[in-house]
Amino acid sequence: MAELKQGGWRMAGGGWWLLLFFVLACGRAAWAGEAKPVAADPALEERVTAVATELRCLVCQNQTLADSHAPLAVDLRNQIREQMQAGASERDVVDYMVTRYGDFVRYRPPLKASTVLLWVGPIALMLGGLVLLYYRLARRRDQPESTLSDEDRARAAALLESRGDGESK
Amino acid sequence: MNRYLLPLGIFIALVALLGAGLSLNPREVPSPLIGKAAPTFQLPLLHEPGRTVSPKEMLGTVWVFNVWASWCVACRDEHPVLTGLARSGIAPVYGLNYKDKREDAIAWLKVYGDPYRASLVDPDGRVGVDYGVYGVPETYVVDKQGVIRYKRVGPVTPAILKEKIVPLITELNRG
Repeated sequence: MAELKQGGWRMAGGGWWLLLFFVLACGRAAWAGEAKPVAADPALEERVTAVATELRCLVCQNQTLADSHAPLAVDLRNQIREQMQAGASERDVVDYMVTRYGDFVRYRPPLKASTVLLWVGPIALMLGGLVLLYYRLARRRDQPESTLSDEDRARAAALLESRGDGESK
Repeated sequence: MNRYLLPLGIFIALVALLGAGLSLNPREVPSPLIGKAAPTFQLPLLHEPGRTVSPKEMLGTVWVFNVWASWCVACRDEHPVLTGLARSGIAPVYGLNYKDKREDAIAWLKVYGDPYRASLVDPDGRVGVDYGVYGVPETYVVDKQGVIRYKRVGPVTPAILKEKIVPLITELNRG
């Protein structure tokens, strides 16, 4: 009985993974479906959302313009829509936002003197760590197995023995 | 001893770095507009809807541009400070009545006093977007050439007025 149950669980576990796979796969499929322009408007909306996802809402700074319900985000989304209707490209919209709110609105900051640390920092940190690790390991490898002299061994043995005595007391 | 010194040093440096990060205000985003010409507009006055004003008319004078709204609670806090600035007469203070209702705005000024040379009406926040407004109140100092020299997001405190805005206006007035 227990075994059967266990088997059932194992199945369920596998089922979960399968379900997850299908959910993710369907998600992809749904996206692909949305991307197909059925009419002029959904395509525009898609572009507006795509750009808005790249831009930060300055009112609630950890949300994108697409996610945020702040009045300013709604206004800015409307502006993006209007500009795109008038023929603005994604780049034009981002430039428009950057001239008003600065590079901070972009979730992908441009590579500049002030953002070099942001871009290079993590890689430099990882490389530094790897170099350090390499040298540490190399030093450990170069170390002789044991540097104990016969005298040391004798002392260690004596100490161990005296400890044993202590315990038996 | 040396083995502990290095990790301790790194730890202290990290604490200092994170401490500095914590003391920064994430709302204070450096404005790209500083050093650039004040975006132009043509907006009706709050008290005289028939008349419009544009920043071009302010060329030759240093002026303060304050974004406010009757629904904005922090505006009430900074109001006495702005009133003090307007009374000192060193620069005219213009208001941008941002996404507000005309009658509410007029009533608000009646209750708290009107420090503004004029308040311009921006009901849909378009001009606000041009000025990079994202948290009312915001305050700008524009020089004689029409260039934005300073921006404050959030209420102007007496300390900011005394240490930053007044010295800046005095300097710009001389130039």
